[in-house]
Amino acid sequence: MSDRGGTGMPSPPAPAPGPPPHAQPPATGQAPVAGRPAAAGSVRGRGPDVPPRRRRRASFARRRDRVAYVFLAPWFIGMVVFTIGPIFASLYLSFTDYTLLSPPKWLGFDNYREMLDDPRLRKSLVVTFQYVFVSVPLQLILALGLAMLLNRGVRGLAIYRSVFYLPSLLAGSVSIAILWRQIFGNDGLINQVLDLVGIEGTSWVAHPDFALGTLVLLNAWTFGAPMVIFLAGLRQIPQMYYEAAAVDGAGVVARFFRITLPLLTPVIFFNLVLQMIGAFQSFTQAFVISGGQGGPADATLLYTLYLYDRGFGSFEMGYASAMAWSLLVVIAALTAANFLLAKRWVFYSD
Amino acid sequence: MTDATIDPPVGTGSRGRRISKHALLVAFGVVMLYPLLWMVSSSVKPTELIFRDPSIWPSRLTLGNYVDGWSALAHPFHYYLVNSALIAIGAVIGNLLSCSLAAYAFARLKFRGRKFFFAAMLATLMLPIHVLIVPQYVLFSKLGWINTTLPLVVPKFFAHDAFFIFLMVQFIRQLPRELDEAALMDGCGHFRIYWRIIIPLSVPALTTSAIFTFIWTWNDFFSQLIFLTNPDLYTVPVALRSFLDAQGETNWGQLFAMSIVALAPIFGFFLAGQRYLTQGLATTGLK
Repeated sequence: MSDRGGTGMPSPPAPAPGPPPHAQPPATGQAPVAGRPAAAGSVRGRGPDVPPRRRRRASFARRRDRVAYVFLAPWFIGMVVFTIGPIFASLYLSFTDYTLLSPPKWLGFDNYREMLDDPRLRKSLVVTFQYVFVSVPLQLILALGLAMLLNRGVRGLAIYRSVFYLPSLLAGSVSIAILWRQIFGNDGLINQVLDLVGIEGTSWVAHPDFALGTLVLLNAWTFGAPMVIFLAGLRQIPQMYYEAAAVDGAGVVARFFRITLPLLTPVIFFNLVLQMIGAFQSFTQAFVISGGQGGPADATLLYTLYLYDRGFGSFEMGYASAMAWSLLVVIAALTAANFLLAKRWVFYSD
Repeated sequence: MTDATIDPPVGTGSRGRRISKHALLVAFGVVMLYPLLWMVSSSVKPTELIFRDPSIWPSRLTLGNYVDGWSALAHPFHYYLVNSALIAIGAVIGNLLSCSLAAYAFARLKFRGRKFFFAAMLATLMLPIHVLIVPQYVLFSKLGWINTTLPLVVPKFFAHDAFFIFLMVQFIRQLPRELDEAALMDGCGHFRIYWRIIIPLSVPALTTSAIFTFIWTWNDFFSQLIFLTNPDLYTVPVALRSFLDAQGETNWGQLFAMSIVALAPIFGFFLAGQRYLTQGLATTGLK
């Protein structure tokens, strides 16, 4: 793909920004002046023999391609330099020992073999899967529930929507991570509230059993973004379905399971894929709340944290690349599984 | 009675059910926002109160946390705000230019390989940054770009944030084709159509992209942590994190105060542009 991009890119002179008269499809430029839409027929009649016309069409197509490739040129360059190049570079590096100081040393599969018996890596996988598979369903259930409550004619819908959406914009920041660390700390807000009802709390962020839970809650707190998408999806369900169901005497529950849920499955699927990919990439919150260590006792050692630790803490670029590639394979496999499973439960009406 | 059944969508249910619905929503909203409100109120409390006052009405008011927090780091806090703002503005300009160009091609032009390239673009949406960061770091360190803002800004000029290409494609596809077809008839080139017709009509999508880019760049911690290790280049998130590490948990008041300063621009954009944000989000999720 990159070589085709290459043929498109380095030919900027051809499609000059101005409108060269011959660059247009033949003669149509003059047609509106004459006000004769039938002009196209006479144009076609002008070419006496077939081959030149075909050549002209081919060159038109090529010119058309070239215009498009010029528009796409920045993206092509970015794809090659910042995406595809790095993907293959990291595949190569994953088979090497590389610390930036000396050239990469070929290791074969040693990095991958090391990954298999790396207890911290195993722990980070467990932590990451727990995080993703608990927080994403929680987030989506909240999002769908609130979207259902807000759907159709709640007064003050815009205000509610904004209030619920705001955390999605803020939650990725270091500020909120700092807040979370205080709230779930020993003298934090949660324990102050618990104290009012006579319960003595612990330092939730420092407790191996609860630390990950605070991160799950933080991710669930961002249900506003998928909720907004759900709301838009709900609005697209034709009202007449509900009217017909009401005539047939279907109750609220039946209407939800028979109409809303099936028609919403494409949106649920979209949110599921997007939020899962996002959750796999979570980093900031775990990093800040655990002071960069993924503690206590590696309880919040998300995969990305461990990758950062090996790659940029101890500059083991080879090992980090092997981890990155494995992450890519895992995410690709899960996304593919999502798409395959989608055939069973996602309902496309058209 | 029959009137009520004909008109079910607005104000479903009885008055009592409506009220309980609002009560539920309000209660949920309060729980959601309580931590934020509490942080705001704690930032104007003396620090010792933060440990024992769960209410959001500060019993004693002080601006000391803001004054002291502002100068608690190596540079005054506005230094970091400027660093962050410069990167965010660069990212916004880069994204708007490069992504709108690519989006025009995908939405309006026919060319060989369009489907393939579009699929490739969508695939990069699902690519975790962690897969790319190691080789990107190697590349940027070879170029001598570590501890400059270039790694954070330059890729944006090459449409590295494919999400915004997607968002703009979705928007441009909805625009009526008559205008650009007429312009094409009149002999306008595609660059003129792009610049004179599509860009002005796409202001809502561009605004959405600009706000999202600003907020995401402003919040971004991972790449700024990796590419900016020189304290003179610290942005707000990295500075806050070093503040947390240096002060530990002794100084919540100042930490909260500076955290709120850091969140203020996001909140401002949220208030000013929430319509664009929710609409932009909705268009990406549908179709």
